[in-house]
Amino acid sequence: MTVTEQGGTEAATGQPLVVLDGVNKWYGDLHVLQDINLTIKRGEVVVVIGPSGSGKSTLCRAINRLETIQKGSITLDGKPLPEEGKALAALRADVGMVFQSFNLFAHKTILQNVTLGPIKVRNMKKAEAQDRAKELLDRVGIGHQADKYPAQLSGGQQQRVAIARALAMNPKVMLFDEPTSALDPEMIAEVLDVMVDLAKQGMTMVVVTHEMGFARTAADRVIFMADGAIVEENTPEEFFTNPQSDRAKDFLGKILKH
Amino acid sequence: MDALVDNLDLILKGFWTTIQLTVVASIAALLLGTVLGTMRVSPIPPLRWLGAAYVEIVRNTPLTLVFFFMVFVAPQVDIVVEFKTSAYVALSVYTAAFVCEAVRSGINSVSTGQAEAARAIGMTFSQSISTVILPQAMRSIIPPLINIFVALTKNTSVAAGFFVTELFASGRDLNLRHPSDGLWFLGGVAFFYLLITIPAGIAASQLERKVAIAR
Ligand SMILES: Nc1ncnc2c1ncn2[C@@H]1O[C@H](COP(=O)(O)OP(=O)(O)O)[C@@H](O)[C@H]1O
Ligand SMILES: [Mg+2]
Repeated sequence: MTVTEQGGTEAATGQPLVVLDGVNKWYGDLHVLQDINLTIKRGEVVVVIGPSGSGKSTLCRAINRLETIQKGSITLDGKPLPEEGKALAALRADVGMVFQSFNLFAHKTILQNVTLGPIKVRNMKKAEAQDRAKELLDRVGIGHQADKYPAQLSGGQQQRVAIARALAMNPKVMLFDEPTSALDPEMIAEVLDVMVDLAKQGMTMVVVTHEMGFARTAADRVIFMADGAIVEENTPEEFFTNPQSDRAKDFLGKILKH
Repeated sequence: MDALVDNLDLILKGFWTTIQLTVVASIAALLLGTVLGTMRVSPIPPLRWLGAAYVEIVRNTPLTLVFFFMVFVAPQVDIVVEFKTSAYVALSVYTAAFVCEAVRSGINSVSTGQAEAARAIGMTFSQSISTVILPQAMRSIIPPLINIFVALTKNTSVAAGFFVTELFASGRDLNLRHPSDGLWFLGGVAFFYLLITIPAGIAASQLERKVAIAR
């Protein structure tokens, strides 16, 4: 099973899928997103990197309107993000999101976590949703734990379930907000492996992460943010070996020391 | 003692009315209160304001005044119903404000990540509330809810002042007819109230302990 089969992302690879045009957001006086212009093409994997507080999460969350913006526009597949209500819910169904803290539904089994969206939002038959969920859980290596509850799984396992839950909706694009930052070191690789597979299969991905290995293996582009603005944009190789801005040099110097 | 036994049918009749008031108002308050509690966390500001205004006004008004409004003021705008119906409405409206607050704080006890994850897979607000948030909020809603229903059981006695012959009114009326046996009637009435409230109170504290362990 490949992503292109289920997601229909195959058509027109390379066409703009997510377009941010002059996006601005303030929290009170704090200008958290400053004139963000960003085009993410179908099938592209974009890594967002930058110091804490630079607006990476806000950017990510603006793309599925978990955060509203005050100026500029965001379009998905050519359509502006709806304001509220059912249309917004429908948009979110097409945008997968993976959180730093997993956020699996604590009162549902692993299988139910993955079938809930397809059944409630896509009106899929229960049996069909379960079959698909089992396939996806196998794919992320959790198939044998389908009847457990989230709290019974390790962080790395929970995050892989969260990825399966998002994939079950057949998203056009997947957003990852520091998916491995809450994990113990030995569990980071198992989650990154799943993400690398996904990238290889052509999923469009926006990934906030400081994992340089992932960026080098899977990303088409690295975006460096500081103080709410995109400071630098480049291929991973160029960005990590030859950063242009002082902010990027300074930041890379700090994370490379460890 | 004899007077109590002889008039047990009247006491039981009042008790039955009290049970009716309690059960009907519990269900109605539960429904209305859940809707109000959901409104208080809704993404639509006017709904939030409406919910908040309801709670502030109703919760800070004496129940007697709510009854007074239903029984004496409402008929002036041609809303004429039976006294018992007025009692149902007054008790439901009043109790709903407390249910609302229990529901709201229960919803707030569920981490925001749960609601975000629900929204992120495309659930509408009402889907996320009913399938993700409320089921998880239940454990913190139920213990205060039982206490609210215990209070409601006792509050039904206010209906006695508004022409509904429930348990308290039966006792009061018997006392007027047989003043020398007043203490017996009082004890009988109290016994029947406790028959509802003590088991409910025990259930509440047991549930509370269970929730504490599960945390
Ligand atoms: N809900 C909020 N209210 C006020 N300020 C916020 C809120 N969320 C984030 N911020 C601020 O916005 C800035 C950007 O935050 P964020 O996007 O989370 O950064 P990052 O993910 O890069 O660490 C930070 O200074 C943060 O403190
Ligand atoms: Mg962040």
